[in-house]
Amino acid sequence: MTENKLKLDEFRQEVSAWLEGNFPKSLNGKASEIGLGKNVSGRLAEDSDTWRKTLAAQGWGIATWPAEYGGAGLSQKHVQIINEEMDEIGAFNPIPMLAGMGVTMVGPTILEYGTEAQKLRHLPKMASGEIFWCLGYSEPGAGSDLASLTTKAEDKGDHWLINGQKVWTSGADIAQWCGALVRTDPKAKKRSGISFIMFPMDQAGVKTRPVKLISGDSPFCEMFFDNAKAEKNELLGDLNDGWSLGKRLLQHERQSQTGEGGPATGGECLGDIAKRYVGTDEHGTLEDTDLRLRLANHLMDEQAHKLTIRRIMAEAKGNVEVTAVASILKNSATDVAQTRTELLMELMGTQGLGWEGDEYSQDELGNVRMWLGVKAMSIYGGSYEVQKNIISKNILGLPETTQKG
Amino acid sequence: MAALTEEQSMIQHQAQSWVIKHASVQEFRNVRDGESDVEFSPQIWSEMVSMGWAGIIIPEAYGGSDLGYLTFGLILEQAGRQLSASPLFASALVGASAILLGGSESQKKMLLPGIADGSEIVTLALEEGPRHAPKNIDLTADSNADGFTLSGSKTFVCEGMSATSYIVAARTDGKAGSPEGITLFVVPADAEGIKRTKLNTVDSRGYANIEFSQVKVTVGAVLGTVGEGHALLEAILDRARAGIAAEMLGTGSQAFEMTLEYLKTRVQFGQVIGSFQALGHRAAGFYSQKELARSCVEAALQSIDNNDDNIDEMSSLAKCKVGDFLHDMSNELIQIHGGIGMTDEFNAGLYLKRARVLESSYGNQAYHRNRYAQIKGF
Repeated sequence: MTENKLKLDEFRQEVSAWLEGNFPKSLNGKASEIGLGKNVSGRLAEDSDTWRKTLAAQGWGIATWPAEYGGAGLSQKHVQIINEEMDEIGAFNPIPMLAGMGVTMVGPTILEYGTEAQKLRHLPKMASGEIFWCLGYSEPGAGSDLASLTTKAEDKGDHWLINGQKVWTSGADIAQWCGALVRTDPKAKKRSGISFIMFPMDQAGVKTRPVKLISGDSPFCEMFFDNAKAEKNELLGDLNDGWSLGKRLLQHERQSQTGEGGPATGGECLGDIAKRYVGTDEHGTLEDTDLRLRLANHLMDEQAHKLTIRRIMAEAKGNVEVTAVASILKNSATDVAQTRTELLMELMGTQGLGWEGDEYSQDELGNVRMWLGVKAMSIYGGSYEVQKNIISKNILGLPETTQKG
Repeated sequence: MAALTEEQSMIQHQAQSWVIKHASVQEFRNVRDGESDVEFSPQIWSEMVSMGWAGIIIPEAYGGSDLGYLTFGLILEQAGRQLSASPLFASALVGASAILLGGSESQKKMLLPGIADGSEIVTLALEEGPRHAPKNIDLTADSNADGFTLSGSKTFVCEGMSATSYIVAARTDGKAGSPEGITLFVVPADAEGIKRTKLNTVDSRGYANIEFSQVKVTVGAVLGTVGEGHALLEAILDRARAGIAAEMLGTGSQAFEMTLEYLKTRVQFGQVIGSFQALGHRAAGFYSQKELARSCVEAALQSIDNNDDNIDEMSSLAKCKVGDFLHDMSNELIQIHGGIGMTDEFNAGLYLKRARVLESSYGNQAYHRNRYAQIKGF
């Protein structure tokens, strides 16, 4: 056994002992019940807040960040061990969810581009799950062509004055802070006049309105800025350099979107669900042979996707830099999630077509909403087509077209 | 690429530069177009052997280096890139796997050192019909006082003309289609009653039909246990599937790179054609397919090295996913090259032809999708 392996084993024992002593047993397996927006009260609420604070004090909410900013300065390997040990006993880390876009996107970008004061001001409260962040990117006229955004921030000497509109902002209605791409130089070429500015949501100039989606959910909002204000020291990175910073942030987003979408069906494997609905012949083979092979193909694609994540982790020796390869994974994650819900819907037959009501099981209704919800995966975070542009240009080195019209 | 050890990286780099220099697609073309009847260059094969490639999975006690299947896969991938013809895969991977998995101590001593030093070419004689069907074995092995008598025929035997011994899947009991009653035999290629016929296949590589007329073997020729050869055969086939998947990954990757290079250099409408989004998106799609397939191939080879209990699942996954990639990529190789891709002088056609042979070997994509569903229990 190598020295390194020994140290990791020791660490695992420490983690296990610490969790044993600190994770409230009452929260065992309750991760999904105590999220933001969930109506939790009494003992459960107290325990979950205690757990959040304890975990934050240990620096394990986002353990890879430096200790001075609320993390624990640990490696990905260590984080993996923490996650595995948590899984082992039904524990969980609520902090990434409580921080919204903070832990996954804004935080890493502040770490890379922020001033020391910005880091000290914002990162510890993300790492403790106290502040929920949203991210102002898309606008009604700036979707895939994000650089054509028009929300502007004017330098008013002692503050920035922000006017305009954002859309598809996740969690804007519950966020306390926002990081947004805004136009700071209207005369510059479109990619050159953009900056990244951070501001609190609780002010008169900011209004939000949830957008109801085809799935019936409202995870996104419209955001309206009418003379909203940001402090001068909340410009992240250099003035008018927001485009490169914003692209970098999207790589963090893609990185966080490369996992699998949660199964809508309580962990029962797809083959078994199919057998239940479709029936089998005397050999136990699905009656619908066409569906059967498409199902097999889907499960293979899912496995190939997971193996690729594992391979990239192994190649990077547990220290995954944000790379262009993430673009492949975002599209394959999208394919897997969308195909899965389509297959489930197909095999459930008319039972897979309910909107609500007692005639349908929770799994059936859940899949319908999921089926609609994951259509967004090939649109947000850079659409399917934008990812292909990124692969062809950034990875494969194919040139931009000069073709007109 | 998987996280490789220093030794694996070294072998990979050595294989890459050696294949390009000494066993390139031009060398294969020379063999194809040459007067001689051989299907591979004996010199290339003997150099491969002298580099130790034929002993990669063979334990040191039998003259090999015991470096495992992932390492072997790295070499096969490079050979696949240049369509390098040799019995490396058929004998040093499939033949050696058969002996390693099923051989008695004396069979190992008799055959493994020879495989490692190239003096023996041991190949699997399995198929009897046009489609991969490991249970459809009709070639009979009748038991008698001196051993067994084999009668029947095998088709599309990889390196069947150059083999010195065959691993023959025969039926000692039951009917074609049944997993029961299958027995594997090691049969010398020069045994009386064997007639081999060279096949002229689309990929110009070494395949043969073999007829067995009253071929007599002793009990010592049995590989594994009489009547229980099916599980052993599947274990051998899974190694063959993962191994050939590595070769296919190389062939497909080379086809991809040839296509990408052409996209960057071919000018039409006053610009390189790779600047057109329709083509850029296709290239991006193939790149993704290639990277996903690589993950499956490497994982399958690693599952063999780790002796995991899901080798069957992983090898079907790898063979199917890399098969889909190679199939589409080999078509696209021709399409994107346009007219020049249709000419025999250009190499694209060689890749397309080889692709289909590789796909159909040891079960095509449809076969493995079906098998994967079976393994998953539906």
